[in-house]
Amino acid sequence: MPLTLNANFHDPEKRPIRDFSPGDDFYEMLIDAHRDLSAEQSAKFNAKLILLLANHIGDLVVLREAIARAGETA
Amino acid sequence: MPSSYRQPHFAYLRPPDLDAVQRLRRPVVVVGAGPVGLAVAIDCRLKGLPVVLLDEDDTVSIGSRGLCYAKRSLEILDRLGCGEAVIAKGVSWNVGRTFFRDHEVYRFDLVPEPDHKRPGMVNLQQYYLEEYQSARAATLGVDLRWKNRVIAVSGSSDPVVLTVDTPDGIYELETAWLIVADGARSPIRRMMGLDIEGKVFRDRFLIADVRMQADFPPERWFWFDPPFHPNQSVLLHRQADNVWRIDFQLGWDADPEAEKAPERVIPRIKAMLGDDREFELEWVSVYTFQCRRMARFRHGRVLFVGDAAHQVSPFGARGANSGYQDADNLAWKLQLVIAGLAPERLLDTYDEERVAAADENLLNSTRSTDFITPKSGISRIFRDAVLELAERHAFARRLVNSGRLSLPAVYVHSSLNTPDVEAFAGDMSPGAPMADAPLDDGHWLIDELGGGFRLLLFADVPAAIERSIVDAFTVLRHQPVPIEVVILARRSGAVANARVRIDFKGVAADRYDGHHGAVYLARPDQHVAARWRRFDLDRILAALARATCNDREV
Repeated sequence: MPLTLNANFHDPEKRPIRDFSPGDDFYEMLIDAHRDLSAEQSAKFNAKLILLLANHIGDLVVLREAIARAGETA
Repeated sequence: MPSSYRQPHFAYLRPPDLDAVQRLRRPVVVVGAGPVGLAVAIDCRLKGLPVVLLDEDDTVSIGSRGLCYAKRSLEILDRLGCGEAVIAKGVSWNVGRTFFRDHEVYRFDLVPEPDHKRPGMVNLQQYYLEEYQSARAATLGVDLRWKNRVIAVSGSSDPVVLTVDTPDGIYELETAWLIVADGARSPIRRMMGLDIEGKVFRDRFLIADVRMQADFPPERWFWFDPPFHPNQSVLLHRQADNVWRIDFQLGWDADPEAEKAPERVIPRIKAMLGDDREFELEWVSVYTFQCRRMARFRHGRVLFVGDAAHQVSPFGARGANSGYQDADNLAWKLQLVIAGLAPERLLDTYDEERVAAADENLLNSTRSTDFITPKSGISRIFRDAVLELAERHAFARRLVNSGRLSLPAVYVHSSLNTPDVEAFAGDMSPGAPMADAPLDDGHWLIDELGGGFRLLLFADVPAAIERSIVDAFTVLRHQPVPIEVVILARRSGAVANARVRIDFKGVAADRYDGHHGAVYLARPDQHVAARWRRFDLDRILAALARATCNDREV
């Protein structure tokens, strides 16, 4: 399965009224998780988060593509 | 005041109360002749209530202020009889474009589908709305009292007593109901000792209204970190009269007085325009904003609407637009209560529904503000990462948040809703604002709704509607709170005690999942109260009772 690049955030516990809501919910959760962390703590937090999500994905084809995309400069 | 606009001054008239022997009593007094106070007053007049509207000034807003009026507000203004003037003068737009540094990353269309009477947004300086609405209010016989400043309020039960200062002296008047629309600083809220809680954002913004000849299309343009204003955001909107609104983020440390000076403002604008075109500075203001609301919008006989009750950041155009929805929600309930057709409890649902709406507006405007003004280094890194990814990847474009533009609240959890007992596709669930659709002869569905309760009945052929159903239309019409029937048919035909409109494109049937026989009960504010797959008089009357709080024991 290729890397999903279309909007994919969703909440199985509630049907969103606005299409942007699940993504905004996630973004707020993410920024809140970093509140009160130092720069170093934030970097470590991000590292752990990436490792957790990478393991969840598991598929190296997908992960290889994600790593390539993240390295691209706009 | 801008050179493009001639500011009206309304005549102060000596209030009769000054010469009355006894304090005069009114059923409804509205304080504040801004867009929201005027909307409440107009709606009350349309519903037959006598209204006194007090305003401390004698003119419209100074400066363009509230600028973007969403489709839902235009529909409300249509119902109030002011929509055409606003559309004719305003700049309609649907497209928003977002730039990061020197390139475009995201573009949205507010009305991605055709077949709506009104556009996604209209930009119009607030003073025009106030001018049109004041004229409409005067035509309808609102007792408009300019230069009448409320200096004291006594009590929040019937009667509420107001002390009013005028150029001819002070008078008192009594009112059964007081609607407070006196703005963000709300003197009445303070006089009543009521709190409004939330947070102030540590940021400052400069608004410059500039008059110029420009060929930019009528779109909303938003820049994150543009070369001409590094590390900050800029927002551009077109207004009427060739006036452009440019909104520069300045940061918390900016000196508001110094930034207003033309020698500071003009170079910023020149840098943005990037050429030597001529322009004229019309109005400049430096502002901060707050996201906050009152704990309750109803305090006995006193009801707070608009900015007096809740305030949001400007990103998303959720200020005036939510205020119009407050007015829309309140007026019909007030009329039923005053007429003795609903218990006072119905006004608690104004609080219930509009507090929930305010919370949605606060959440979205706070999130937009957090995206536009990252509060920490890591927050900025994530923000910039989203913007970089957005250029190539759809998922990141959805995360770009330069303002989630005002959409009408869906009263999902309202106690006035009758929950569905049958399955329907689409978005028209109980509590939803009703979608528009084109009908025969240039009619629009939205104009068939509103004012009072309506029953929408979908039918392939009007003649095929069962006799027993047609007979029941008379019953609906003769309820104390009457329900008028609108039949949305695929083919023409006349039906007694109902208006027949042709859904010739099938758009209404599509948006409402309206197969033959489907029924919607519409509230006077054009929200869905209930819906069924087939007509059942008892269920309709029960839903009407529920939507007017007449279903519960006192």
